[in-house]
Amino acid sequence: MLRYTVRRLIQLVVVVLVLSLLVFAWLRALPGGPVSALLGDRGTPESRAALSAQLGLDQPIFLQYFKFLGRALTGDFGNSTTVQPGDTVVEIFLQRFPATIELSLFAIVLAVLAGIPLGYLAARRRGGWFDNLSVGGSLVGVAVPVFFLAYLLKYIFATELQWLPSLGRQGDIEATRVTGFFVLDGLLTQEWDAAWDAFLHLLLPAVALATIPFAVIFRITRAAVLDVVNEDYVRTAESKGLLGSVIRRRHVLRNAMLPVVTTIGLQVGALLAGAVLTEKVFAFQGVGEALALGFERRDYPVLQMFIMVAAVIYVLVNLLVDLSYALIDPRIRAR
Amino acid sequence: MVHSRTARRRWTAAIGLTGVAALALSACAQSERGTDSSSGSGKTGGTFTFGAAGAPKLFDPFYATDGETFRVARQMFDGLTTFKPGTAEPVGQLAEKWSSSSDGLTWTFNLRKGVKFHDGTEFNAAAVCANFERWYNQKGAGQSDAVSQYYGDNFGGFSDGAKPSLYKSCSAKDAATAEIVLTSSTSKFPDILGLPAFSMQSPDALKKYDADNVQAQGESFVFPAYATEHPTGSGPFKFSKYDKANGTVELVRNDDYWGEKAKVDKLVFKIIPDETARKQALQSGDIDGFDFPNAADWDSLKKDGFNVQIRPAFNVLYLGINQKNNPKLRDLKVRQALIYGINREQLVKSQLPEGAKVATQFIPETVGGYAKDVTEYKYDEAKAKALLAEAGASDLTLKFYWPSEVTRPYMPNPKDIFGAISADLQKLGIKIEVTTKPWNGGYLTDVDQGVPDLFLLGWTGDTGSADNWIGTFFGNPANRFNTGANTWGTDLATALKKADAEPDRDKRFKLYEDLNKKIMTEYLPAIPVSHSPPALVTKSSVKGIVPSPLTDERFYSVSVS
Repeated sequence: MLRYTVRRLIQLVVVVLVLSLLVFAWLRALPGGPVSALLGDRGTPESRAALSAQLGLDQPIFLQYFKFLGRALTGDFGNSTTVQPGDTVVEIFLQRFPATIELSLFAIVLAVLAGIPLGYLAARRRGGWFDNLSVGGSLVGVAVPVFFLAYLLKYIFATELQWLPSLGRQGDIEATRVTGFFVLDGLLTQEWDAAWDAFLHLLLPAVALATIPFAVIFRITRAAVLDVVNEDYVRTAESKGLLGSVIRRRHVLRNAMLPVVTTIGLQVGALLAGAVLTEKVFAFQGVGEALALGFERRDYPVLQMFIMVAAVIYVLVNLLVDLSYALIDPRIRAR
Repeated sequence: MVHSRTARRRWTAAIGLTGVAALALSACAQSERGTDSSSGSGKTGGTFTFGAAGAPKLFDPFYATDGETFRVARQMFDGLTTFKPGTAEPVGQLAEKWSSSSDGLTWTFNLRKGVKFHDGTEFNAAAVCANFERWYNQKGAGQSDAVSQYYGDNFGGFSDGAKPSLYKSCSAKDAATAEIVLTSSTSKFPDILGLPAFSMQSPDALKKYDADNVQAQGESFVFPAYATEHPTGSGPFKFSKYDKANGTVELVRNDDYWGEKAKVDKLVFKIIPDETARKQALQSGDIDGFDFPNAADWDSLKKDGFNVQIRPAFNVLYLGINQKNNPKLRDLKVRQALIYGINREQLVKSQLPEGAKVATQFIPETVGGYAKDVTEYKYDEAKAKALLAEAGASDLTLKFYWPSEVTRPYMPNPKDIFGAISADLQKLGIKIEVTTKPWNGGYLTDVDQGVPDLFLLGWTGDTGSADNWIGTFFGNPANRFNTGANTWGTDLATALKKADAEPDRDKRFKLYEDLNKKIMTEYLPAIPVSHSPPALVTKSSVKGIVPSPLTDERFYSVSVS
């Protein structure tokens, strides 16, 4: 297990290095860039050339890359040009990361809390109206693009009904910041109205973001439970006259959970992609929004660091999934 | 519909799973703290929340080059002059009056007395000189066009003498009289002193927070604490905080303001980069207003009861021509063929918002030097074809660029405008090679490097001086139109400099009028297309915004009922 973990971690470092070079080269190959972003339509051919020289953008690409790498090793990933001009990208990341984590966690909890029980129920009542309805519903959930759903939810619950705020993480309210997780901060400082306000701001984006993972988890749970109930050991348990609840807990659910856990892990990775769109629609100041903006406005330093961090997280999440897999299934641990 | 935010919270609480408990908790919390700012209790005023399309770069307007920074800065700072609300006409602000010597070199400003900066220090002639000296003495990164662009554009060089500077010296004759000496006479004075970049800032605060310590780092610039946390002006609002985690900038009323005090207690700028999200935020009551609503939405917003305020059109959209690549474009007849061949009347009617006009020249009517009797080119396809034939350019192929992922106040829908123009050109038998690139993703770079033959671009004026328009476009022969490719490019640049330096206002206007005529008749370096009025939208409960042609709205006069 330890060797396996170490091997995966080394793999991670190699992936990050290769990726850093790829992203660096890709960004420089894109037309435009920081000079246009900084000068806008008021630049002149002369001022463009001067600024390129000042920022070292006229140097050979490899030289630029090694300079970047040298600085990156000291933790300096540069400063944002357009997303939050002047701020270091590390600062921006640290300040926005809690938003994305808060949103993703909330979304995945919603998806799991709804997906597993409903999937289980649908499987147990296979072919019934509930099953048909929820399977149909989950198909729609997977098929509808996140941004469309986000706009739709916002239109209904924020614009028309005005029950929930349409954007941001917090309204016009005094709130003390401790961890950067707004709901948690409100609870920690006992500013209940701030916590509640942050919670309300979280609801719509989280529901939008949760839809696809919910639908996927629902379908996998349903399929896994259907598989397991037909297994010999369940039939054996039933024939032994074990209590229904014991069978459900010990035999059906536990065994059906393997593929479900894998799916949840993969969905956490996919959530980051979904968060880009959801955060943009709800102006939710997270990593995803910064990434989308960074691309739109060609903020190289932001793109460079954020894409690399996203890759690291993706690889790490996959690692965790594999490890938890081993924890749930003793057969894998023994190997 | 439930309109107030409090009511909305109550509703949600009622339907929420933990609603009842949470509502009880929040009610307790509110009564305990008793300082809930959202209720705006006690004082009249409340909060005005404005949707911003981007994060402000910083709060020191001298180093700002972007509209989002200026919008915030305008509320916190005063200049020696400002613009009369709703116009581009300079009026006194911290200077009560001013006069210039007959040669236009020496300017005496009589200052308002009893004005204090937000840090409590006094505004006086010494403070004026400290600000001018600060601008002039920028070093290193502070001189970069990406940092002090407005100074570079308007004053030229710095104290190191690398380039000539407009500024010569400043002296405090007494506490209330400042004398500025320039190296040459210019039409820019005193108009530019109303630009946010040249606002008066507290010399003490500038020093205390190391305001000039700007550094180039990696691919960007890093600004000192003054610019990010301690901007200190004398304006109707004071800086309170920039909550980056929540994307909001908060200003509070300056109760010691020398002039008309702000009506609202608090001014909040909420950063919402997505255009649709801004609109929905207004509709759902999360913000009170935002800038540049899409012209296609004006009607529906009005129908929904919002107040769409249309600014006077103070911009120009032009079809840029670069004479560099194709020698045929250096022939006046070919450029005339282009202008005859584009149906600008039709384009304005079908593609631009209500109130847009065909541009007869590169400045709008309200700018001094506008020529009433310039050569006007009415749409005439046959004439265009004949001119092309005469110039031996009937088989012209042109690289035509239009920008994607962007709308500009002068160009609300680049794709459609491009479509209309290119269809007209194709009717003349011109082959079009189309390229579209994102604004910051190569479009501006290629335009400035002379890659396209034709391109769409425009300008929104900073001041009502003609120099800010045609001087900016054609004042240097090495411009994006490559006017230097023709001998008249240098003549035009020289003539523009001469007009700018003419101290007599009437004579100057006459010089500009003549130049505008010449530009449209003899030179035609590009094709002026239209002037489009941009808008600003607020809830109907918001009163007191005076739409400015310069987008120079000051929110002290705003009230929210």
